[in-house]
Amino acid sequence: MSGGPGTEVFRVDWLPGTDLLHGVCHCGAEHVAQDPVEMWRWMLAHPVGHTA
Amino acid sequence: MTAFPRNQWYVAAYGSEVGRELLGRTVLGEPIAFYRTADGAGEVVALADRCVHRRYPLSQGRLDGDTLVCGYHGFTYDRTGACVFVPGQKRVPRTARVAAYPVVEQDSLVWVWIGEPALADPRAVPRAPHLAGPGWTSVSGMEPVDCDFGLLVDNLLDLSHETYLHGGYIGTPEVAETPITTEVDEGAGIVRVSRHMDDAACPSFYARSTGIEGRITRWQDIEYHAPCLYLLHSRVAPVGVLPNPDGTDPDAFHIEITYAITPSAPGKVYDFWAVSRDFARDDPEVTTVLRDLNHTVVMQDVDALNILQRALDAEPAGGQELSINIDTGGLAARRILARLAEEGAAPAERVS
Ligand code: FES
Ligand SMILES: [Fe+2]
Ligand SMILES: [Zn+2]
Repeated sequence: MSGGPGTEVFRVDWLPGTDLLHGVCHCGAEHVAQDPVEMWRWMLAHPVGHTA
Repeated sequence: MTAFPRNQWYVAAYGSEVGRELLGRTVLGEPIAFYRTADGAGEVVALADRCVHRRYPLSQGRLDGDTLVCGYHGFTYDRTGACVFVPGQKRVPRTARVAAYPVVEQDSLVWVWIGEPALADPRAVPRAPHLAGPGWTSVSGMEPVDCDFGLLVDNLLDLSHETYLHGGYIGTPEVAETPITTEVDEGAGIVRVSRHMDDAACPSFYARSTGIEGRITRWQDIEYHAPCLYLLHSRVAPVGVLPNPDGTDPDAFHIEITYAITPSAPGKVYDFWAVSRDFARDDPEVTTVLRDLNHTVVMQDVDALNILQRALDAEPAGGQELSINIDTGGLAARRILARLAEEGAAPAERVS
């Protein structure tokens, strides 16, 4: 396995009361999406498009 | 089909299943014979389950002390897999040896390393301390399922299915309605999915085991250690009862749901399940209720997954899926499994 625990954590919150997903990359960049496939595509593109 | 991640630890059995009778299990397509030594250490031995002579399964043989005697013509192996006796002649061919697998017995589980033995690190085996630890009482079982192991991972990472597939048993409307949070720890290969229900109906699984009447606060915190170990930390309490600021939580009921997801062969998976509780620990009635109800729930999943796999097999290639918010955790798990499979692919396979 590469890296240690806690080195790179991605987080996605489903915003209560909405259908929106709010993602936070380990670099601090944030993104809102309507669909988890698109969310993971954005997340894993790090650092592309992750200007905070 | 989900690729098998090699160079990983997998649960092959409960410790209680391995004794002085030979046990055969197939993990990632590799047939393995298990037994426990008779010496004081009582260690678990895992040998490739095919005799070098005519490939007869060694698990069909018998033990002679700590050696294994093939049931066909008597080739005899020690615990390292070396053949120490062949019938009728003094010379044992130098190449007469079967592979011995690295094994760790921990938390009541027997873990086996599938891959390059030199890479096996016993410290990398994830923990499930509640299974054997003080303060908990557990029931457990194992069901083989005829499906891709990825379908079982999908199933367990998205608990919104409880509302529909397990309605009344463990599912209530609030499960499917409540938003989740998903966290992926890349380095550790862990996916966490949490669903905290503040005010939910109490399904029979919890009503009958805890005795709570009325509505509950219900927390589900999943911790999936890819590829094999799945922990669901479940907290149930009367509505509004929360843990103390110092973290103690004396007025809630805690149930640890453990699964080990072990690919057996393409389209086959072992579904190990256990339910551990920190309340009514000596009450045999609660033990019976939890064992029976959880077995029923597991069989609902087994039936559904068998049906799903048959439907997928019958479909022409190119059938499409559609993912929505509830799938956020499952998609993360799929991606980690794909990465682990890639990392574990033998170099020899890579160049071919
Ligand atoms: S097949 Fe095992 S001894 Fe012949
Ligand atoms: Fe289920
Ligand atoms: Zn980033």
